Amino acid sequence: MITLKVNGQPREVDADPATPILWVVRENLKMPGTKFGCGIAQCGACTVHLDGKPVRSCSTPISAAAGKSITTIEGIAGDDGTLHKVQQAWIEAQVPQCGYCQSGQIMAATALLEQNPNPTDAQIDAAMAGNVCRCGMYNRIRQAIKAAAGQPAAKETVA
Amino acid sequence: MSKTGTDSPAKKGKWTRRAFIGAGVVAGSALVVGVAVRQGNPIDRLSPLLTDGEDEQLLNAWVKVDADNIVTAVIPHVEMGQGVYTALAQMLADEMDADWNKVEILEAPADMQYVSDSIARDFLAPDLEVPALFEPTVAGGILELAQAMGLQFTGGSYSVRATGQRAMRTAGAAAREMLVAAAASEWQVPAGEITTADSMIIHAGSGRSEPFSKFAVAAAEQSLPAKPTLKSPEDYKIMGQPKARHDIPEKVDGRAVFGIDADVPGMKYAAVKAAPVIGATVESIDATTAKTMPGVLQILNMGDFVAVVADGYWQAQQALNSITAQYSKTEADDLDLDAIFARYASALDEAGEDGGDMETKEGDVAKSFAGAATRVEAEYKVPFLAHATMEPMNCTAWVRDGKCDVWSGHQAPVNARQAAADAAGLPFEDVTYHNAYLGGGFGRRSESDAIIMATRIAKATGYPVKMIWSREEDTAQDHYRPSATSRFRGGLDKDGKLVSWDNIHTHLFDPKDAPTVPYYNIASHKIRKVDVPMHLRFGPWRSVDHSQHGFFIESFVDELAHAAGKDGHAFRRELLAGSPRHLKVLDTVAKMAGWGTPLPEKHGRGIAFVPSFGSIVAQVAEVDMSGAKPKVTKVYVAADPGFVVNPDGFTAQMESGIAYGLTAALYGEITLKDGKVQQSNFHDYPMLRINEMPAIEVALINGDHKHLGGGGEPGLPPIAPAVTNAIFAATGKRIRELPLSKHNFA
Repeated sequence: MITLKVNGQPREVDADPATPILWVVRENLKMPGTKFGCGIAQCGACTVHLDGKPVRSCSTPISAAAGKSITTIEGIAGDDGTLHKVQQAWIEAQVPQCGYCQSGQIMAATALLEQNPNPTDAQIDAAMAGNVCRCGMYNRIRQAIKAAAGQPAAKETVA
Repeated sequence: MSKTGTDSPAKKGKWTRRAFIGAGVVAGSALVVGVAVRQGNPIDRLSPLLTDGEDEQLLNAWVKVDADNIVTAVIPHVEMGQGVYTALAQMLADEMDADWNKVEILEAPADMQYVSDSIARDFLAPDLEVPALFEPTVAGGILELAQAMGLQFTGGSYSVRATGQRAMRTAGAAAREMLVAAAASEWQVPAGEITTADSMIIHAGSGRSEPFSKFAVAAAEQSLPAKPTLKSPEDYKIMGQPKARHDIPEKVDGRAVFGIDADVPGMKYAAVKAAPVIGATVESIDATTAKTMPGVLQILNMGDFVAVVADGYWQAQQALNSITAQYSKTEADDLDLDAIFARYASALDEAGEDGGDMETKEGDVAKSFAGAATRVEAEYKVPFLAHATMEPMNCTAWVRDGKCDVWSGHQAPVNARQAAADAAGLPFEDVTYHNAYLGGGFGRRSESDAIIMATRIAKATGYPVKMIWSREEDTAQDHYRPSATSRFRGGLDKDGKLVSWDNIHTHLFDPKDAPTVPYYNIASHKIRKVDVPMHLRFGPWRSVDHSQHGFFIESFVDELAHAAGKDGHAFRRELLAGSPRHLKVLDTVAKMAGWGTPLPEKHGRGIAFVPSFGSIVAQVAEVDMSGAKPKVTKVYVAADPGFVVNPDGFTAQMESGIAYGLTAALYGEITLKDGKVQQSNFHDYPMLRINEMPAIEVALINGDHKHLGGGGEPGLPPIAPAVTNAIFAATGKRIRELPLSKHNFA
């Protein structure tokens, strides 16, 4: 048995310690919001927070999370269900298309803003370049991060 | 329930568009093809599938109204990020005068009644045929011709322009008229005095007003109007508005359920590895180690692939990785990419001046070329491409007691259901197909290979199994965008006017018009293709053949412009003379981009113009060539899809098409060695990242309200040539082969 804290709740799982966090969260804990994309930390779809830091859960064994706190996409809204400001900004900017990468994008963005509440474009690039969006919604991701940070929106579109 | 199916006008004789529309509401697809008349009204049969209880009334097969006055739009297409749920619901709700805030959306079940008859109709018109794009998606031989022609398919940028225009709007208008008729009958007032707005029925004269729901039951007893009146554009209230997408809230908090998220009690997990050379079989396996590994339940040699079933997916994949396999020899075992392009060259050489299949011909090309003042020749090549959907291929299946349930995300649910039925050896009726969100489609999820594999595994195990492909498997076992070679000869007269166009290329998949340039005024032209057999499986890839021919054509047009001593915008203006709609798109993008104004050193601007899937799109790309590799800094887009139903959604599709096409232009290349695909994951099949994404400005033009174009694909074809033309402008280096990562810019 491995003892974990997931989204603030203590959990115990019976899994091989080498099992990646991704599969423990999805299969053992039945929290499928965290997605499998590549299995080798190349796409970011599986991003979760481990003690507040973004990690690629597909390539991080559950043993590394023993006694630590895992936060997934299911755990970032407030206790009363109020969405995180990053989630709200994502809706406002109409970011997702297929949506599959968005759990990872949002987890990467929330970690960025935790660490750096007012990131520059270069800092956004550095923090988000590990997250692939095959639908190519990168400009909206940037716009949503800036909105969540309280920065003025850049004009992206003319009608 | 309405009983009007037997007297629907479409059965009375000759098909007309309006009669078809009326019939489409009541009679499904059969009448469309005219070979298997489906008797009766499908609503009675569909009601149990779509309604929850007696307080819900199904007005017709695309809309229902419940006791709380909620209007539910039943969408016969799948959501893969293109916003189809929202756009189609807008079309229905607007015609119905529904309150947008009280509209809900339900994806249609995988039932033959929901086949996209409007799509089939387009291809069954006398001058059109079923395109190759759809042929491989039509599974099995059980369904009759009429059913096979009926495609509950999402692709070809078709949902809004076909289903939306012909089915959803008509359904909304018909539902509104039925509600009005029911109210008129009860209130004893002429229907013409009744108005509707925001899901309310209003009779101003008597001051009465009631919600739709009040008359839902009575409306369902009304005759279906044969010719419901559609709104004129000036009366649109919901269409043309940038409504927020319905599917977005559940895509920001982990609630959205994709195929890979299927959860079936007692389900186990399978990892699979197919023979690396497509077409080979698995002759033997050594699973000595795998058998001893934790959680492993079954190791299956399925002939064309190996599967390990385990308690968890990771356990299954670890065990699979320990298995060694021997594969049969095939004719492709020695094949590499150079040999494939050499085959293309031989086939093109062999076709010579007059061989190959003629696609379009006008005038005497040999004569116009011989008489040209300036002659230009060029050859272009594009590689194989994988789709790389973010969600790897997967499917969950359960075969037991003569029944089969299948869970996945598929672009053609009816075909997925048929494929599962064939794989399970069961009748179509005994298979239930559960469709989920698609974590990217792009054409890849129109294929049913994953459905078939999972069903075969589940048949072998007897318990439910979720099969997930590794990214490596997803990359190496795709149905690829074909590679192609295209050769051109063009002739200009002494004034630099294009007078001769001669093109021959390998492969033609779909759409058939992709290599043609009917919008350009060229007095004599000839376009041919040659087929070259390949062991790889091909599939539709976002914008399909336009992804290749957009690059070929717009690169060559740019070369011709240069040879004529004209700039790319001015040269295309001449070619488009007399086509005001096309010119407006071209001029709009040139104006936005400041065409002709100076740029910094080593920067360049390129223009490309590609009408596709009914939409006209022009793009100007700006590149910065000061570094070791091209940096695309800005893309301007002008698009005229006729009428834009959801401007923000359409804009997002333009952005997305550019990102997908730019990824391919910069990096996309699937190579072969010894018959095997060499790429495996995102480290060797790279994707565009946020730091490489250009800024994008989009201008939308409503140029023809009647004939709508698509949105999902038309944003893609212009980007590669816009970028390579910009590189030429900046450096003088002409790119005739993609991807750009093959070229040295240092």
